[in-house]
Amino acid sequence: MADTSRAARSESGRIARVLEQDSANLLEAWIAAQSKVLSARGSISANELRSQSREFISLLQKAIASGASSVDGPDWDDVRGFLADLSKSRAIQGFSPRETAMFVFSLKEPLFERLGAAANPDADTRTTDVWNASLILDELGIYTTEVYQKSREQLISRQQQDLLELSTPVVKLWDGILALPMVGTLDSSRTQVAMESLLQRIVETGSDVAILDITGVPTVDTLTAQHLLKTVNAVHLMGAECIISGIRPQIAQTIVHLGVELGDVVTKASLADAFRLALSRTGRTVTRIDAHVNDRA
Amino acid sequence: MTVLRCEIVPVRSQQDVVAVRQSVRSLAVAQGLSLVDQTKVVTAASELARNTLDHGGGGTARLEAVIDNGRTGLRLTFEDRGPGIKDVDLALTDGFTTGNGLGLGLGGAKRLSNEFDLWSRAGEGTRVTITRWR
Repeated sequence: MADTSRAARSESGRIARVLEQDSANLLEAWIAAQSKVLSARGSISANELRSQSREFISLLQKAIASGASSVDGPDWDDVRGFLADLSKSRAIQGFSPRETAMFVFSLKEPLFERLGAAANPDADTRTTDVWNASLILDELGIYTTEVYQKSREQLISRQQQDLLELSTPVVKLWDGILALPMVGTLDSSRTQVAMESLLQRIVETGSDVAILDITGVPTVDTLTAQHLLKTVNAVHLMGAECIISGIRPQIAQTIVHLGVELGDVVTKASLADAFRLALSRTGRTVTRIDAHVNDRA
Repeated sequence: MTVLRCEIVPVRSQQDVVAVRQSVRSLAVAQGLSLVDQTKVVTAASELARNTLDHGGGGTARLEAVIDNGRTGLRLTFEDRGPGIKDVDLALTDGFTTGNGLGLGLGGAKRLSNEFDLWSRAGEGTRVTITRWR
Protein backbone atom coordinates (compact mmCIF):
# COMPACT_ATOMS: atom_id res chain seq x y z
CA MET A 1 0.00 0.00 0.00
CA ALA A 2 2.79 2.35 1.01
CA ASP A 3 4.63 1.30 -2.12
CA THR A 4 1.78 2.18 -4.41
CA SER A 5 1.21 5.55 -2.83
CA ARG A 6 4.92 6.34 -3.04
CA ALA A 7 4.89 5.24 -6.66
CA ALA A 8 1.86 7.42 -7.32
CA ARG A 9 3.63 10.33 -5.68
CA SER A 10 6.74 9.92 -7.78
CA GLU A 11 4.58 9.65 -10.90
CA SER A 12 2.63 12.77 -10.08
CA GLY A 13 5.93 14.35 -9.12
CA ARG A 14 7.20 13.92 -12.66
CA ILE A 15 4.11 15.60 -14.11
CA ALA A 16 4.42 18.42 -11.59
CA ARG A 17 8.10 18.85 -12.48
CA VAL A 18 7.34 19.16 -16.19
CA LEU A 19 4.64 21.73 -15.36
CA GLU A 20 7.07 23.72 -13.23
CA GLN A 21 10.30 23.58 -15.18
CA ASP A 22 8.94 23.93 -18.66
CA SER A 23 6.05 26.22 -17.78
CA ALA A 24 7.09 29.10 -20.07
CA ASN A 25 7.27 26.97 -23.21
CA LEU A 26 4.20 25.01 -22.18
CA LEU A 27 2.25 28.24 -21.77
CA GLU A 28 3.17 29.44 -25.27
CA ALA A 29 2.26 26.12 -26.89
CA TRP A 30 -0.99 25.94 -24.93
CA ILE A 31 -2.05 29.47 -25.84
CA ALA A 32 -1.35 28.67 -29.49
CA ALA A 33 -3.53 25.56 -29.20
CA GLN A 34 -6.35 27.53 -27.53
CA SER A 35 -6.29 30.28 -30.14
CA LYS A 36 -7.02 27.65 -32.78
CA VAL A 37 -10.18 26.56 -30.95
CA LEU A 38 -11.54 29.96 -29.93
CA SER A 39 -13.59 31.59 -32.63
CA ALA A 40 -12.44 34.88 -34.08
CA ARG A 41 -15.18 36.81 -32.28
CA GLY A 42 -12.55 38.33 -30.04
CA SER A 43 -14.72 37.81 -26.98
CA ILE A 44 -11.60 37.39 -24.88
CA SER A 45 -8.43 39.43 -25.05
CA ALA A 46 -5.01 37.84 -25.57
CA ASN A 47 -3.84 39.24 -22.23
CA GLU A 48 -6.79 37.80 -20.35
CA LEU A 49 -6.28 34.40 -21.96
CA ARG A 50 -2.60 34.50 -21.09
CA SER A 51 -3.17 35.36 -17.44
CA GLN A 52 -5.92 32.73 -17.12
CA SER A 53 -3.67 30.10 -18.67
CA ARG A 54 -0.67 31.02 -16.52
CA GLU A 55 -2.74 30.89 -13.36
CA PHE A 56 -4.24 27.53 -14.27
CA ILE A 57 -0.82 25.96 -14.94
CA SER A 58 0.51 27.14 -11.61
CA LEU A 59 -2.60 25.96 -9.70
CA LEU A 60 -2.50 22.62 -11.52
CA GLN A 61 1.19 22.24 -10.73
CA LYS A 62 0.58 22.83 -7.01
CA ALA A 63 -2.35 20.44 -6.90
CA ILE A 64 -0.49 17.65 -8.68
CA ALA A 65 2.61 18.20 -6.54
CA SER A 66 0.47 17.68 -3.45
CA GLY A 67 0.16 14.08 -4.58
CA ALA A 68 -3.59 13.85 -4.08
CA SER A 69 -4.92 11.40 -6.61
CA SER A 70 -8.59 12.43 -6.71
CA VAL A 71 -9.50 15.81 -8.18
CA ASP A 72 -12.46 15.95 -5.78
CA GLY A 73 -10.20 16.28 -2.75
CA PRO A 74 -9.44 19.46 -0.78
CA ASP A 75 -6.00 19.81 -2.42
CA TRP A 76 -7.80 20.52 -5.67
CA ASP A 77 -10.15 23.16 -4.27
CA ASP A 78 -8.19 26.02 -5.85
CA VAL A 79 -8.12 24.39 -9.27
CA ARG A 80 -11.84 23.62 -9.16
CA GLY A 81 -12.68 27.07 -7.88
CA PHE A 82 -10.66 28.64 -10.66
CA LEU A 83 -12.34 26.49 -13.32
CA ALA A 84 -15.79 27.20 -11.89
CA ASP A 85 -15.21 30.96 -12.12
CA LEU A 86 -13.79 30.66 -15.62
CA SER A 87 -16.69 28.47 -16.73
CA LYS A 88 -19.34 30.77 -15.26
CA SER A 89 -17.83 33.88 -16.82
CA ARG A 90 -17.52 32.13 -20.18
CA ALA A 91 -21.13 30.94 -20.02
CA ILE A 92 -22.27 34.53 -19.45
CA GLN A 93 -19.94 35.90 -22.15
CA GLY A 94 -21.60 33.57 -24.64
CA PHE A 95 -18.81 31.05 -25.22
CA SER A 96 -19.95 27.72 -26.65
CA PRO A 97 -19.68 24.64 -24.40
CA ARG A 98 -16.96 23.38 -26.72
CA GLU A 99 -14.90 26.54 -26.37
CA THR A 100 -15.26 26.41 -22.61
CA ALA A 101 -14.30 22.77 -22.22
CA MET A 102 -11.42 23.10 -24.67
CA PHE A 103 -9.68 25.44 -22.23
CA VAL A 104 -8.73 22.30 -20.30
CA PHE A 105 -8.63 19.76 -23.09
CA SER A 106 -6.34 21.81 -25.31
CA LEU A 107 -3.64 21.52 -22.63
CA LYS A 108 -3.34 17.82 -23.40
CA GLU A 109 -1.31 18.04 -26.59
CA PRO A 110 1.43 20.41 -25.39
CA LEU A 111 1.62 18.70 -21.99
CA PHE A 112 1.81 15.18 -23.41
CA GLU A 113 4.53 16.24 -25.86
CA ARG A 114 6.62 17.48 -22.97
CA LEU A 115 5.94 14.43 -20.82
CA GLY A 116 7.13 12.30 -23.71
CA ALA A 117 10.20 14.43 -24.34
CA ALA A 118 11.19 14.65 -20.66
CA ALA A 119 14.26 12.70 -19.67
CA ASN A 120 12.32 9.63 -18.70
CA PRO A 121 13.96 6.26 -18.53
CA ASP A 122 11.59 4.09 -20.52
CA ALA A 123 8.51 4.01 -22.67
CA ASP A 124 6.33 2.44 -19.94
CA THR A 125 6.95 5.33 -17.57
CA ARG A 126 6.12 7.80 -20.27
CA THR A 127 2.88 5.98 -21.04
CA THR A 128 1.94 5.97 -17.35
CA ASP A 129 2.63 9.70 -17.06
CA VAL A 130 0.56 10.51 -20.10
CA TRP A 131 -2.26 8.28 -18.85
CA ASN A 132 -2.29 9.90 -15.42
CA ALA A 133 -2.20 13.40 -16.83
CA SER A 134 -4.98 12.46 -19.22
CA LEU A 135 -7.19 11.19 -16.39
CA ILE A 136 -6.73 14.43 -14.47
CA LEU A 137 -7.43 16.68 -17.45
CA ASP A 138 -10.48 14.63 -18.45
CA GLU A 139 -11.94 14.99 -14.97
CA LEU A 140 -11.28 18.72 -14.94
CA GLY A 141 -12.70 19.13 -18.44
CA ILE A 142 -15.92 17.39 -17.48
CA TYR A 143 -16.12 19.46 -14.32
CA THR A 144 -15.79 22.63 -16.39
CA THR A 145 -18.60 21.52 -18.68
CA GLU A 146 -20.85 20.72 -15.73
CA VAL A 147 -20.37 24.14 -14.21
CA TYR A 148 -20.95 25.72 -17.61
CA GLN A 149 -24.22 23.85 -18.01
CA LYS A 150 -25.40 24.75 -14.52
CA SER A 151 -24.73 28.44 -15.14
CA ARG A 152 -26.71 28.27 -18.38
CA GLU A 153 -29.60 26.57 -16.61
CA GLN A 154 -29.60 29.27 -13.94
CA LEU A 155 -29.64 31.89 -16.68
CA ILE A 156 -32.60 30.20 -18.39
CA SER A 157 -34.65 29.79 -15.23
CA ARG A 158 -34.03 33.44 -14.32
CA GLN A 159 -35.21 34.49 -17.76
CA GLN A 160 -38.30 32.31 -17.39
CA GLN A 161 -39.13 34.08 -14.16
CA ASP A 162 -38.59 37.46 -15.82
CA LEU A 163 -40.88 36.43 -18.64
CA LEU A 164 -43.55 35.27 -16.22
CA GLU A 165 -43.71 38.69 -14.62
CA LEU A 166 -43.30 40.64 -17.83
CA SER A 167 -46.17 38.88 -19.50
CA THR A 168 -48.87 39.82 -17.01
CA PRO A 169 -49.20 43.59 -16.77
CA VAL A 170 -52.66 44.75 -15.75
CA VAL A 171 -53.31 48.16 -17.28
CA LYS A 172 -55.95 50.68 -16.36
CA LEU A 173 -57.68 51.94 -19.48
CA TRP A 174 -60.12 54.25 -17.74
CA ASP A 175 -61.71 54.72 -14.34
CA GLY A 176 -63.26 51.36 -13.58
CA ILE A 177 -61.91 49.66 -16.70
CA LEU A 178 -58.92 47.31 -16.56
CA ALA A 179 -57.24 45.41 -19.38
CA LEU A 180 -54.98 42.38 -19.28
CA PRO A 181 -53.14 41.98 -22.58
CA MET A 182 -51.99 38.38 -22.72
CA VAL A 183 -49.03 37.44 -24.87
CA GLY A 184 -47.58 34.07 -25.84
CA THR A 185 -48.39 30.66 -24.45
CA LEU A 186 -51.07 30.54 -21.77
CA ASP A 187 -49.81 27.68 -19.67
CA SER A 188 -51.16 27.01 -16.21
CA SER A 189 -48.56 28.89 -14.17
CA ARG A 190 -48.68 32.02 -16.33
CA THR A 191 -52.46 32.12 -16.32
CA GLN A 192 -52.41 31.68 -12.57
CA VAL A 193 -50.10 34.67 -12.12
CA ALA A 194 -52.16 36.72 -14.57
CA MET A 195 -55.44 35.85 -12.86
CA GLU A 196 -54.10 36.70 -9.43
CA SER A 197 -52.77 40.09 -10.47
CA LEU A 198 -56.00 40.90 -12.33
CA LEU A 199 -58.22 40.03 -9.36
CA GLN A 200 -55.94 41.99 -7.06
CA ARG A 201 -56.13 45.06 -9.28
CA ILE A 202 -59.94 44.80 -9.53
CA VAL A 203 -60.10 45.10 -5.76
CA GLU A 204 -57.53 47.90 -5.59
CA THR A 205 -59.12 50.04 -8.27
CA GLY A 206 -62.73 49.07 -7.65
CA SER A 207 -63.14 48.37 -11.34
CA ASP A 208 -66.41 47.21 -12.91
CA VAL A 209 -65.07 45.88 -16.20
CA ALA A 210 -62.02 43.76 -17.01
CA ILE A 211 -60.92 43.13 -20.59
CA LEU A 212 -58.88 40.00 -21.33
CA ASP A 213 -57.08 40.65 -24.59
CA ILE A 214 -55.76 37.54 -26.34
CA THR A 215 -54.49 39.20 -29.53
CA GLY A 216 -50.99 38.05 -28.61
CA VAL A 217 -51.95 34.43 -27.95
CA PRO A 218 -51.18 32.42 -31.09
CA THR A 219 -53.07 29.23 -30.20
CA VAL A 220 -56.28 28.83 -28.26
CA ASP A 221 -56.77 25.15 -27.50
CA THR A 222 -59.06 23.55 -24.93
CA LEU A 223 -56.62 24.11 -22.07
CA THR A 224 -56.20 27.79 -22.93
CA ALA A 225 -59.99 28.11 -23.24
CA GLN A 226 -60.42 26.45 -19.87
CA HIS A 227 -57.95 28.88 -18.29
CA LEU A 228 -59.77 31.82 -19.87
CA LEU A 229 -63.16 30.58 -18.66
CA LYS A 230 -61.83 30.14 -15.13
CA THR A 231 -60.48 33.68 -15.16
CA VAL A 232 -63.80 35.02 -16.45
CA ASN A 233 -65.68 33.13 -13.73
CA ALA A 234 -63.38 34.47 -11.05
CA VAL A 235 -63.87 38.02 -12.31
CA HIS A 236 -67.66 37.50 -12.26
CA LEU A 237 -67.44 36.27 -8.69
CA MET A 238 -65.71 39.51 -7.80
CA GLY A 239 -68.80 41.30 -9.08
CA ALA A 240 -67.10 42.69 -12.16
CA GLU A 241 -67.82 42.12 -15.82
CA CYS A 242 -65.33 40.42 -18.11
CA ILE A 243 -64.88 40.88 -21.86
CA ILE A 244 -62.56 38.73 -23.96
CA SER A 245 -61.10 40.62 -26.92
CA GLY A 246 -58.67 39.82 -29.71
CA ILE A 247 -60.60 36.87 -31.13
CA ARG A 248 -59.33 36.67 -34.70
CA PRO A 249 -61.30 34.86 -37.44
CA GLN A 250 -59.05 31.79 -37.43
CA ILE A 251 -59.29 31.55 -33.64
CA ALA A 252 -63.09 31.84 -33.80
CA GLN A 253 -63.30 29.01 -36.34
CA THR A 254 -60.97 26.82 -34.31
CA ILE A 255 -62.93 27.36 -31.10
CA VAL A 256 -66.13 26.37 -32.92
CA HIS A 257 -64.55 23.16 -34.23
CA LEU A 258 -63.12 22.33 -30.84
CA GLY A 259 -66.64 22.57 -29.44
CA VAL A 260 -65.71 24.95 -26.64
CA GLU A 261 -68.79 26.69 -25.26
CA LEU A 262 -67.97 30.20 -24.17
CA GLY A 263 -71.49 30.50 -22.78
CA ASP A 264 -72.50 34.03 -21.89
CA VAL A 265 -68.96 35.38 -22.02
CA VAL A 266 -68.89 38.64 -23.94
CA THR A 267 -66.31 38.51 -26.73
CA LYS A 268 -65.09 41.13 -29.17
CA ALA A 269 -62.78 41.00 -32.17
CA SER A 270 -60.54 43.85 -31.11
CA LEU A 271 -59.48 45.63 -27.95
CA ALA A 272 -60.97 48.85 -29.33
CA ASP A 273 -64.41 47.23 -29.64
CA ALA A 274 -64.13 45.83 -26.14
CA PHE A 275 -63.10 49.23 -24.78
CA ARG A 276 -66.05 50.93 -26.50
CA LEU A 277 -68.40 48.36 -24.97
CA ALA A 278 -66.79 48.77 -21.55
CA LEU A 279 -67.25 52.55 -21.75
CA SER A 280 -70.92 52.22 -22.62
CA ARG A 281 -71.45 49.66 -19.84
CA THR A 282 -70.03 52.16 -17.37
CA GLY A 283 -72.27 54.89 -18.73
CA ARG A 284 -69.77 56.70 -20.92
CA THR A 285 -69.40 57.42 -24.59
CA VAL A 286 -66.62 58.70 -26.78
CA THR A 287 -67.48 61.74 -28.89
CA ARG A 288 -65.36 63.59 -31.37
CA ILE A 289 -65.15 67.32 -30.60
CA ASP A 290 -63.73 68.12 -34.02
CA ALA A 291 -65.72 71.13 -35.42
CA HIS A 292 -65.80 69.64 -38.88
CA VAL A 293 -67.53 66.52 -37.67
CA ASN A 294 -69.95 68.56 -35.58
CA ASP A 295 -70.93 70.58 -38.64
CA ARG A 296 -71.69 67.50 -40.62
CA ALA A 297 -73.73 66.05 -37.81
CA MET B 1 -48.53 9.26 -50.38
CA THR B 2 -44.97 10.57 -50.38
CA VAL B 3 -43.25 12.06 -47.36
CA LEU B 4 -41.36 15.22 -48.24
CA ARG B 5 -40.03 16.07 -44.80
CA CYS B 6 -40.10 14.30 -41.49
CA GLU B 7 -39.35 15.58 -38.05
CA ILE B 8 -39.57 13.63 -34.80
CA VAL B 9 -40.09 15.68 -31.66
CA PRO B 10 -40.11 14.26 -28.13
CA VAL B 11 -43.14 15.03 -25.96
CA ARG B 12 -41.90 14.83 -22.39
CA SER B 13 -42.76 18.17 -20.82
CA GLN B 14 -44.97 21.22 -21.08
CA GLN B 15 -42.16 22.96 -22.98
CA ASP B 16 -42.16 20.13 -25.54
CA VAL B 17 -45.86 20.79 -26.22
CA VAL B 18 -44.95 24.39 -27.04
CA ALA B 19 -42.09 23.14 -29.24
CA VAL B 20 -44.49 20.80 -31.09
CA ARG B 21 -46.86 23.71 -31.76
CA GLN B 22 -44.03 25.84 -33.12
CA SER B 23 -42.67 23.08 -35.34
CA VAL B 24 -46.14 22.29 -36.69
CA ARG B 25 -46.77 25.96 -37.40
CA SER B 26 -43.54 26.43 -39.33
CA LEU B 27 -44.20 23.20 -41.25
CA ALA B 28 -47.75 24.35 -42.05
CA VAL B 29 -46.44 27.70 -43.29
CA ALA B 30 -43.84 25.92 -45.44
CA GLN B 31 -46.58 23.71 -46.90
CA GLY B 32 -48.61 26.77 -47.86
CA LEU B 33 -51.62 26.13 -45.64
CA SER B 34 -54.00 29.05 -45.20
CA LEU B 35 -54.01 30.94 -41.92
CA VAL B 36 -57.22 29.23 -40.80
CA ASP B 37 -55.87 25.78 -41.66
CA GLN B 38 -52.57 26.57 -39.95
CA THR B 39 -54.43 27.52 -36.79
CA LYS B 40 -56.60 24.40 -36.98
CA VAL B 41 -53.73 21.98 -37.40
CA VAL B 42 -51.61 23.71 -34.74
CA THR B 43 -54.51 23.58 -32.27
CA ALA B 44 -55.17 19.91 -33.05
CA ALA B 45 -51.46 19.17 -32.55
CA SER B 46 -51.55 21.02 -29.25
CA GLU B 47 -54.46 18.91 -28.01
CA LEU B 48 -52.91 15.62 -29.07
CA ALA B 49 -49.46 16.48 -27.74
CA ARG B 50 -50.98 17.36 -24.38
CA ASN B 51 -52.91 14.06 -24.37
CA THR B 52 -49.66 12.21 -25.10
CA LEU B 53 -48.06 14.00 -22.17
CA ASP B 54 -50.92 13.92 -19.64
CA HIS B 55 -52.55 10.57 -20.38
CA GLY B 56 -49.77 8.64 -22.11
CA GLY B 57 -47.00 9.73 -19.76
CA GLY B 58 -44.97 11.21 -22.61
CA GLY B 59 -44.04 9.95 -26.05
CA THR B 60 -43.10 11.24 -29.46
CA ALA B 61 -44.64 13.34 -32.19
CA ARG B 62 -43.78 12.62 -35.82
CA LEU B 63 -44.44 15.62 -38.01
CA GLU B 64 -44.47 14.96 -41.74
CA ALA B 65 -44.97 17.10 -44.79
CA VAL B 66 -46.69 14.83 -47.30
CA ILE B 67 -47.84 14.97 -50.92
CA ASP B 68 -50.51 12.74 -52.41
CA ASN B 69 -51.83 12.98 -55.97
CA GLY B 70 -50.63 16.55 -56.25
CA ARG B 71 -52.14 17.84 -53.02
CA THR B 72 -49.88 18.71 -50.14
CA GLY B 73 -50.58 18.43 -46.48
CA LEU B 74 -49.39 17.68 -43.01
CA ARG B 75 -49.53 14.30 -41.32
CA LEU B 76 -48.95 14.24 -37.58
CA THR B 77 -48.51 11.07 -35.54
CA PHE B 78 -48.56 11.10 -31.74
CA GLU B 79 -47.42 7.93 -30.05
CA ASP B 80 -47.04 6.87 -26.45
CA ARG B 81 -46.57 3.67 -24.49
CA GLY B 82 -48.98 4.66 -21.76
CA PRO B 83 -51.96 2.80 -20.33
CA GLY B 84 -53.98 3.06 -23.57
CA ILE B 85 -57.62 4.04 -24.00
CA LYS B 86 -60.18 1.57 -22.66
CA ASP B 87 -63.18 2.80 -24.61
CA VAL B 88 -62.29 4.72 -27.76
CA ASP B 89 -65.87 5.80 -28.56
CA LEU B 90 -66.32 7.14 -25.04
CA ALA B 91 -62.99 8.98 -25.24
CA LEU B 92 -64.17 10.69 -28.42
CA THR B 93 -67.40 11.81 -26.77
CA ASP B 94 -67.46 15.53 -26.08
CA GLY B 95 -67.34 16.35 -22.44
CA PHE B 96 -65.90 13.02 -21.38
CA THR B 97 -62.64 13.33 -19.50
CA THR B 98 -60.57 11.19 -17.19
CA GLY B 99 -58.60 14.22 -16.04
CA ASN B 100 -59.94 17.63 -15.14
CA GLY B 101 -59.96 19.21 -18.58
CA LEU B 102 -62.96 20.12 -20.70
CA GLY B 103 -63.07 16.71 -22.39
CA LEU B 104 -63.03 18.22 -25.85
CA GLY B 105 -59.42 17.64 -26.92
CA LEU B 106 -59.65 14.34 -28.78
CA GLY B 107 -63.00 15.02 -30.47
CA GLY B 108 -61.89 18.57 -31.20
CA ALA B 109 -58.67 17.36 -32.83
CA LYS B 110 -60.75 15.01 -34.98
CA ARG B 111 -63.03 17.84 -36.11
CA LEU B 112 -60.04 20.08 -36.82
CA SER B 113 -58.40 17.59 -39.20
CA ASN B 114 -59.34 16.02 -42.51
CA GLU B 115 -58.30 12.50 -41.60
CA PHE B 116 -58.18 11.00 -38.16
CA ASP B 117 -56.94 7.60 -37.06
CA LEU B 118 -56.77 6.33 -33.51
CA TRP B 119 -55.11 3.10 -32.46
CA SER B 120 -55.01 2.11 -28.84
CA ARG B 121 -54.70 -1.02 -26.81
CA ALA B 122 -55.05 -1.22 -23.04
CA GLY B 123 -51.62 -1.55 -21.45
CA GLU B 124 -49.72 -1.03 -24.71
CA GLY B 125 -50.18 2.57 -25.65
CA THR B 126 -51.92 4.93 -28.01
CA ARG B 127 -51.19 6.23 -31.49
CA VAL B 128 -53.17 9.05 -33.07
CA THR B 129 -52.57 10.11 -36.66
CA ILE B 130 -54.17 13.17 -38.19
CA THR B 131 -53.83 14.64 -41.65
CA ARG B 132 -54.70 18.14 -42.75
CA TRP B 133 -54.70 18.80 -46.49
CA ARG B 134 -54.04 22.12 -48.08
